Amino acid sequence: MLRQKVLALYLANSALDSVVVGWSLWDGTGETRRMAGDEDAPPYPTGLHALRDGWRLIQASPLLPHARGEEFDLAYLKYEFLFEQIVETGA
Amino acid sequence: MNDLPLLSAEAMASFAARGFLRFDGVVPEDINRQFLEEMGDIDPPRPGQKMRRTYGEMLARAGVPQVPAGVALAQAYPEGTALKRLLDLPLVSGAIRSLVGEDPVFDHHFLHVTFPPAYHEASGGENVSQHYHQDSTIDPRRAFDIQIMYYPHTVTREMGGTRFLPGSHLRKVSEAAIARYQNIRGQQHMVCEGGTLLFLHSGIWHGGGVNVSDRTRTMFKVRINPSRSQVRQFDVSTLKPQDAQRPIFYLKGPLPNSVEQILMTPEPWHENDTSRLELLNRVKLWRYLTGDPDYDADYWATRLETLADA
Repeated sequence: MLRQKVLALYLANSALDSVVVGWSLWDGTGETRRMAGDEDAPPYPTGLHALRDGWRLIQASPLLPHARGEEFDLAYLKYEFLFEQIVETGA
Repeated sequence: MNDLPLLSAEAMASFAARGFLRFDGVVPEDINRQFLEEMGDIDPPRPGQKMRRTYGEMLARAGVPQVPAGVALAQAYPEGTALKRLLDLPLVSGAIRSLVGEDPVFDHHFLHVTFPPAYHEASGGENVSQHYHQDSTIDPRRAFDIQIMYYPHTVTREMGGTRFLPGSHLRKVSEAAIARYQNIRGQQHMVCEGGTLLFLHSGIWHGGGVNVSDRTRTMFKVRINPSRSQVRQFDVSTLKPQDAQRPIFYLKGPLPNSVEQILMTPEPWHENDTSRLELLNRVKLWRYLTGDPDYDADYWATRLETLADA
């Protein structure tokens, strides 16, 4: 059976080799149960390190122009990169 | 009221920059004990009983009054109760006054309890932490509410104290839309002695931790609105006049501590470009709090406001 693991890395800028500032992991194999607040050090120093470890990039947040009048409004983390691993399980 | 120990300019700047102030062990033990007695005991886990019911029964029994939103904070709690005594502590009254001004208004309160694994096993549910969220709704105000988190007993790391992200308060997000973020550099977990208070800007990203200890963890939260001015409510006698802008970028060594140094210190999670916008937004908040529309730190606002001659 194939199962998916999804890793979200939030980076310091739009380059994949920039520093990880936030991260999340969901494990479709059921072997681990990750949750908010469970880790204070990132799993990789940069997004590139995740690639080198076998994670496949499946989505990167686009660079959008800044709407006039809203240039200084900040909301969500800006540089989101989603990765996956497809894992063979015995289930 | 004038004798209240108001927050210093540096403490206020730290709140403006990071969105929180922490006071460890400041609530006397007799108030902590009284509070826990007023809350009452929590029943042991019962096989098959859902957590929602356990929580509901606990809230119904606890000695916390139902208080209508919008009443004066001074009228929210009966005299002699632990919560009234807590709010009347000079340190607490002074901090509330400094942050939200005179005549603060009660918004809501809640008794937050995280339960150890035995309760979740008995209920058949999963023992997980609370997602990151920002309380209430998208809040476009420059004004802000505060939330006081009260920890009446010792909280260890295993007990799942509140997790929060320093400096996240100026981001305009929509409640649990940020739940996707499990961990963020620089996040803090409340591990503290009994009687600790955490004052939060209402915009701070936070969530309850997972309790993997063998006892319940109790935290009481009260949200407070300003009803009058938030401008220059702190101890402005500690506000040093700003004679000139500091040198920026090209520095031969560290600069001395100051309000500017506090406001211009980034957080570990800051992105490269938006970190500068965070600093700019802190300048705008400091302008609001000091009533000084021309205030700037490290030239971030001045550069944008300097127009070429027509």
